[in-house]
Amino acid sequence: MLGLLWLVPAVPFAGALVLILAGARLRRTGVAVVGAGSVGVSAIIAALIAIRFVTLPPAEGFFTQRLWTWIRVGGFAPEIALRLDALSLVMVLVVTGVGFLIHLYSTAFMEGDDGYSRFFAYMNLFVGMMLVLLLADDLLLLYLGWEGVGLCSYLLIGFWYRDPVNANAGRKAFIVTRVGDTAMAVGLFLLVTRLGTLDIQGLMQRAVDQWAIGSPLAVAVAALLLAGAVGKSAQLPLQTWLPDAMAGPTPVSALIHAATMVTAGVYLIARTHVLFTLAPSVQLAVAIIGAATLLLAGCSALTQHDIKRVLAYSTISQIGYMFLALGVGAWSAAIFHFMTHAFFKALLFLAAGVVIARMDDEHDMFKMGGLRHDLPVAFWTFLAGAASLAALPLVTAGFYSKDLILVETWSSVLGGPWLWIAGLVGAFLTSIYAFRMVFLTFFGTLQKPPTGRSGWRLHVPLIILAILAVVGGFVELPATLGDRPYFSDFLHAALPAVVNDAARAGAIARLQIVAGLVSIAGIYVAWALFLRHRSLLARLTRPRPARQLHHFWAAGWGFDWLYNVVLVQPFLWFVDVDRRDAIDRVYDGIAWSARAGWRALSATETGRVRTYATGLTLGAIVITAIVIFL
Amino acid sequence: MTLVWLVVVPFVAGAAAWVADRWSHAWPRWIALAGIGIDLAIAVTLWFGTSGAALVPGAGPWLAEIDVRWIDALGIHLHFAIDGLSLLLVLLTGLLGVLAVAASWTEIQDRVGAFHFQLLWILSGLIGVFTAMDLFLFYFFWEMMLVPMFFLIGIWGHERRIYAATKFFLFTQVSGLLMLIAIVALYIVHGRATGTYTFDVTALAGTPMSSTMSWWLMLGFFGAFAVKLPMVPLHTWLPDAHTEAPTAGSVVLASLLLKTGAYGMLRFVLPLFRDAAASFAPVAIVLGVIGVVYGAALAFGQTDLKRLVAYTSVSHMGFVLIGIFAGTTIALQGAILQILCHGLSTGALFILAGAMQERLHTREMGRMGGLWADAPRMGGMTLFFALASMGLPGLGNFIAEFLVLAGTYRVSPIATIVASTGLIVSTVYALWLVQAAFQGPRHGTARLRDLGVREMATMAVLVAALVWIGLYPQSVVDTASPAIARITSAPRVASRAP
Repeated sequence: MLGLLWLVPAVPFAGALVLILAGARLRRTGVAVVGAGSVGVSAIIAALIAIRFVTLPPAEGFFTQRLWTWIRVGGFAPEIALRLDALSLVMVLVVTGVGFLIHLYSTAFMEGDDGYSRFFAYMNLFVGMMLVLLLADDLLLLYLGWEGVGLCSYLLIGFWYRDPVNANAGRKAFIVTRVGDTAMAVGLFLLVTRLGTLDIQGLMQRAVDQWAIGSPLAVAVAALLLAGAVGKSAQLPLQTWLPDAMAGPTPVSALIHAATMVTAGVYLIARTHVLFTLAPSVQLAVAIIGAATLLLAGCSALTQHDIKRVLAYSTISQIGYMFLALGVGAWSAAIFHFMTHAFFKALLFLAAGVVIARMDDEHDMFKMGGLRHDLPVAFWTFLAGAASLAALPLVTAGFYSKDLILVETWSSVLGGPWLWIAGLVGAFLTSIYAFRMVFLTFFGTLQKPPTGRSGWRLHVPLIILAILAVVGGFVELPATLGDRPYFSDFLHAALPAVVNDAARAGAIARLQIVAGLVSIAGIYVAWALFLRHRSLLARLTRPRPARQLHHFWAAGWGFDWLYNVVLVQPFLWFVDVDRRDAIDRVYDGIAWSARAGWRALSATETGRVRTYATGLTLGAIVITAIVIFL
Repeated sequence: MTLVWLVVVPFVAGAAAWVADRWSHAWPRWIALAGIGIDLAIAVTLWFGTSGAALVPGAGPWLAEIDVRWIDALGIHLHFAIDGLSLLLVLLTGLLGVLAVAASWTEIQDRVGAFHFQLLWILSGLIGVFTAMDLFLFYFFWEMMLVPMFFLIGIWGHERRIYAATKFFLFTQVSGLLMLIAIVALYIVHGRATGTYTFDVTALAGTPMSSTMSWWLMLGFFGAFAVKLPMVPLHTWLPDAHTEAPTAGSVVLASLLLKTGAYGMLRFVLPLFRDAAASFAPVAIVLGVIGVVYGAALAFGQTDLKRLVAYTSVSHMGFVLIGIFAGTTIALQGAILQILCHGLSTGALFILAGAMQERLHTREMGRMGGLWADAPRMGGMTLFFALASMGLPGLGNFIAEFLVLAGTYRVSPIATIVASTGLIVSTVYALWLVQAAFQGPRHGTARLRDLGVREMATMAVLVAALVWIGLYPQSVVDTASPAIARITSAPRVASRAP
């Protein structure tokens, strides 16, 4: 059974290939069957492999499948090899499972689009690349998947290519993430040079053997990998591409820009956690980046009008939580939050997609309102997702994962009260913006009735994801609530447990109560400001500083502006000035002087004997003078 | 004897194509296709025939060799020989030669016979360059490709063809003369020191000479090759020549002619002047890094599609220069892979640019836009090769650039890091190229004809080659590795005090 592992990425690739080669000739049903079916088959194979892996675990705790040696040159021999362990298994199940639901949803959502087969070709290619990224046993193969998902993200953001806005957004996403990717590539060059391999397990072993904790090389490598992770996962300072990425079709936002690809950075850090443990300063940076990002993005989410942009900032913020967890060494808590986030964020996007489609492509929440009676399925599922995002205590998956992160941020030797407070403030913001969406969209007065209808292929994925967004957290019950940490126990085969500071371990129950109260308080604030007392909100935002702050947050803290001034404009200026290549002017100069010399000399050829005689005389005098005086 | 056929077949086919033009325009095309096709077949046979024992290092340097005395009084031989490095380049020449003929099938309607005559003589000269192991013979072929190329640009080129052809000729000719001086000087130095006057590369490799002399001679060779490569700041002939040449001319220039520069450095500069080259390496690496970044930035600034692609060549060949002078096995393998992959991907982009110009009668990207709707196959192919060009993993160019940079890190981390930023800039221009031509709103109303069967077949071959090298480059690496082993392990020449 485990031997079928290669099929998990291969089937979606095959689907993509069929659609690229024959998509134009297939009918829509055929495209849908190939497109969604290939991911479904992949999910089934993954599930069967998972059952086999859990019931009959391999002796070493992992399974490796070597396909072929990519290249062998000068002692460097990266393999095309897949590795299945607890970590990659969880990720693969989420990607194929949620991926299949989103594909199913897309078969209906994209029904009327010209590029139906192109859409599914890109989507299948994405799933295949993502699975390569997750299953790669070698960092070079991981890098292939890493760039591959970036490519698909670019293709799908710019899917509706006729509008330059979309094409620009896709281009921006690819270029910004490639900045991080290039830093990561430099990290790989360093690793190849110093450790001689990119095989992940061998690499970790050699790193531990050769590098002391805090050695400059370990710090450099970890920092470079972090740069890659920051780009892909839209964390500070490379987060600017994700809000614009919402230009893509909504299922794309759900799959790529919420559930899977953007968490690749989290996966990379978890996968190479040994290197980060060797570089404590970088690991601290991971925690600080996570904390800062979750706060900044949370504030920005509060001020958006476009429902998809709220969700985009929310994604940045929630991945910030994952980074925070990684930074304090709570590896499995990060992966746990990845999983629950995949459920509820995919759900929120898909439900929002239904709302947007039924509102004739209206994205502005302030132009919606009162939709809960007309769109019951979208409403109830969105509510489940929002509750999970807001970490409503006890009954939602989001509560269990976020709570675990907060608790371990407090108790870890690498964490502490400051990071915990950042996480707590973030939780408050999260709960406000989550229910701001709910109240603005579904409550209040009906502004415009929805049109059209949505079929089962849209609703079934919503309902399944809503159930998962509620019950998905019960696989990990904290010590105070039953103490059943199945999920962490399973992951501990691949990821070490968090190291707790004994002095801070006592207060956990109180912290959980505080976190729960904060979540509920946030919902209350959202209710008060955006439903009950709208006038209060108007009064709050009326003063000039408040409006400026609102504007600043809405514009994403001015990062786009900064990069435009510091990087983009100087580059464009240089390109514009040097369009005709200044170096060529040197050769023009040579050509010009040759011509000038020719003109000067040909001017002497006058045909007048008098001039020639003068020339001869003068020449003779000069030469004689030289001979005599020198 | 096979090697002689490699040179003679296109030579004769070229002449035949010219003559056959009097009967019909179709004849020259088919004759040219057959001529270069035979060469490709010979090269492929050689390749398959040599997998195994002959490629093992130590089994003798050459896979095939022929050595006949030519001008005895001066010690000049007709010495052709082929090793893995030469074989790969001959294969590339055969493949791109076939595709260049195919790409001209409808584009060239004027003086068809003469066109194919010029084209085949260039190819014949190229194969001569890649297989000649006698410096006199090498120089002969080096100059032999130049003249037909001049006519190819000057006669069948676009608006500013005369300017471009003259510029190309002057740059190449001046630098070629430098090399000629260096060749003759090396011949005399070797003759005086040993008593045997010869142009044989293997014999000349051990010439004892002062380090100053070695330095100057090295520069003579390097200059000629650096112009062809091209290296910044000697690159400015390239954008004009590539842009003004007809499609086949651009393909041959970018995919093959530039490679003679890289080949010359690998074959002559490194083995003949090992110490001088080693001390010159920092300069060359810095110039290579500048080329990578500068070429990429300028590519983004262009509004003419072919000019954009031309500047990407400057950028990509910068990687080759870095790889060659970093000198580690990994970097050298990367440089050779880059030579091949750049040939394939840039050749494809020029074919696509030519196809667009043939249909739209413009190369200005400002007058394109939204073409995807009409020509999805063309768009998909342009996207594919643009992605290859920016080094997307899974395609050959990635492996090449990765190996160059990974192999250079040991020598100079700073150079590696700066050159890596070229990867970002290449993303900028590659995506801009796709967007400007194929995305955005439709420009104009005329419908664009999508790629036909002939064009798609051409593209399919190149796609397959790039994916193959991207996922299983070992076949190429193994072919090149004995030659690389000889370069890296060549004995250092004991230099006399100046």
